[in-house]
Amino acid sequence: MTSPLEQKKIKIAGPSVVTANRTWDGIVVYRTAAKSWSADLSEAAIVRNSDEAKALLAESVADDVGAIGPYIAPVQVGEDGKILPGNLREQIRRTGVTIGQPAQV
Amino acid sequence: MYAYDEIDRTLVNERVSEFRDQVKRRLSGELTEDEFKILRLQNGVYLQLHAYMFRVAIPYGTLATNQLRALAHVARKYDRGYGHFTTRQNIQFNWIKLAELPDALADLAEVGIHAMQTSGNNMRNVTSDQWAGVAPGEIEDPRIWSELIRQHTTLHPEFSFLPRKFKIAITASDHDRAAIKIHDIGLRLIKNEKGETGFEVLVGGGLGRTPFIAKTIKHFVHGRDILSYIEAILRVYNQYGRRDNIYKARIKILVHELGIEKFSREVEEEWQHIRNSSLQIDDEVIEDIRSRFTYPAYEKLPHMPDELRQAAADPEFEAWRKNSVAPHKVQGYSIVTISLKPTGGPPGDATAEQMDALADLADKYSFGEIRVGHEQNLALPHVAKRDLPALWKALDKLGLATPNVNLITDIIACPGLDYCSLANARSIPIAQELTRRFANHELANLIGRLHINISGCINACGHHHVGHIGILGVEKNGEEVYQITIGGRADENAALGTLIGPGVKFDEVADVIEDVVEAYLALRERPEELFMDTVKRLGVEPFKERVYATR
Repeated sequence: MTSPLEQKKIKIAGPSVVTANRTWDGIVVYRTAAKSWSADLSEAAIVRNSDEAKALLAESVADDVGAIGPYIAPVQVGEDGKILPGNLREQIRRTGVTIGQPAQV
Repeated sequence: MYAYDEIDRTLVNERVSEFRDQVKRRLSGELTEDEFKILRLQNGVYLQLHAYMFRVAIPYGTLATNQLRALAHVARKYDRGYGHFTTRQNIQFNWIKLAELPDALADLAEVGIHAMQTSGNNMRNVTSDQWAGVAPGEIEDPRIWSELIRQHTTLHPEFSFLPRKFKIAITASDHDRAAIKIHDIGLRLIKNEKGETGFEVLVGGGLGRTPFIAKTIKHFVHGRDILSYIEAILRVYNQYGRRDNIYKARIKILVHELGIEKFSREVEEEWQHIRNSSLQIDDEVIEDIRSRFTYPAYEKLPHMPDELRQAAADPEFEAWRKNSVAPHKVQGYSIVTISLKPTGGPPGDATAEQMDALADLADKYSFGEIRVGHEQNLALPHVAKRDLPALWKALDKLGLATPNVNLITDIIACPGLDYCSLANARSIPIAQELTRRFANHELANLIGRLHINISGCINACGHHHVGHIGILGVEKNGEEVYQITIGGRADENAALGTLIGPGVKFDEVADVIEDVVEAYLALRERPEELFMDTVKRLGVEPFKERVYATR
């Protein structure tokens, strides 16, 4: 999973969202069509080309108090409209670590 | 233990107030993230995949029990009930909220702990041997010098905006437990022919995408000159180190590009300007620092107490003792390494309950002192041998008596893609699977000393280059792929491992490691020949053949 921190150009190959971390507590959030942030991926605004992605990213970057480190992440959109993370990194960000945390081991 | 003075306490408290104000201004929008980022990094606050990560320094790996309890408190109150001990004598909390960080820092400040310079392009936590002050044969306690350097470099304006981060490690023993040869500056404490204390100075070590073993720049620098010599190195680095390319900004690249001879000439020239300045250390300064370290009032105890003799009949105790208990400089005492590598557990993690209970055990059995080692284990540095059986039973109840120290399941691993925003692949699940594969203690003991190091990206926080077996996770076509190296080591004979072949998929890694180990068992000349000896004797080819013949 190439780190999005190394993203140089905005080039999307399919449906994507803008994701970031909420400023006050750091949790994973997604940019919504209502120009706010949600912790629920199903509420994320979907972009399908680089112009849409650039616009959504610019709007997200401008909301610096709400969330930090926004970047474009791939998603898969099912026939039922359900949005799923597009790679392992985003899957882990959405559902948490793939290991038992120590208190649970 | 080292007792901080009023200056230290004031400094730490003022830093908390300053950061509280910075966080407040950030959350109100007065500071942008661009403006705030460098401030949070200077206080050990990263942004990771799921949340902010908070890295707290444990200078030279020494903790008092009230400090360990404070770390447990932070884990419980502000995080998810556990912390992760790193390869540089720090602890990381993975789920901290920015809004609560000032309170967490204030709670830590009460016991003299802070997060200053645990990230950012400055002088990082000065690390040392976790057995400092108790190891037999040690020249002298290296923490005295670590503390001197810590005091001099903390918030030093000239070292606060270096081209890149800068790490110093110090050892005073023949056997290097501080991995000094993979640090920007490595210091080996020695005596000259007059019996004076000084250092062999090494420079330009480091791992990451361009790994180098440090080179000796000066065979002896007198103790009184060590600050000026370090400062001379840093000035040359500050002047010539590259700021245009983050991948070429570490001092190792400068040393490599200039060559050690030219680099040392530059340092020497700079040193002559500052050597006889206020940087020269008076003996009284060292003695003052020395006097602030307190050492236990050891009893006169027998070498082999009855309690230990009786416990030796228990094979489980003996299995633990053989791997976890090391000789102490004082007769009747031992150094006990506490494995944070339980079968199936994430390497280096400890729960708040374990930390609290361990603090109680340290009060009872180790004069209230705990150490943190770069191998991601803890240690109790002053345990009376008569107490070893009772301590073992207590540790076992806490899940802290896994008898695998220095064995194949004593794995060093970075947080990897489960936590880290830079990672390309997961590290911890690989480590967990390997601890299950080699959970049989008899098998692990048969294999003998063997260090596995795992990194989830080329930044090499798991020190994979210097693992006897190194595992590096990379990404290829959207999948996690792992490259395997063998023959690395991080001790006084530090060496970089050699790649044995093409990368393998996540599900195949444990099988490949089993193949490497089986090859070693078949190839070794006698049971005493360690893995590294076999690799040295035969090279990587026989291992490569074994792994790839059927793949």
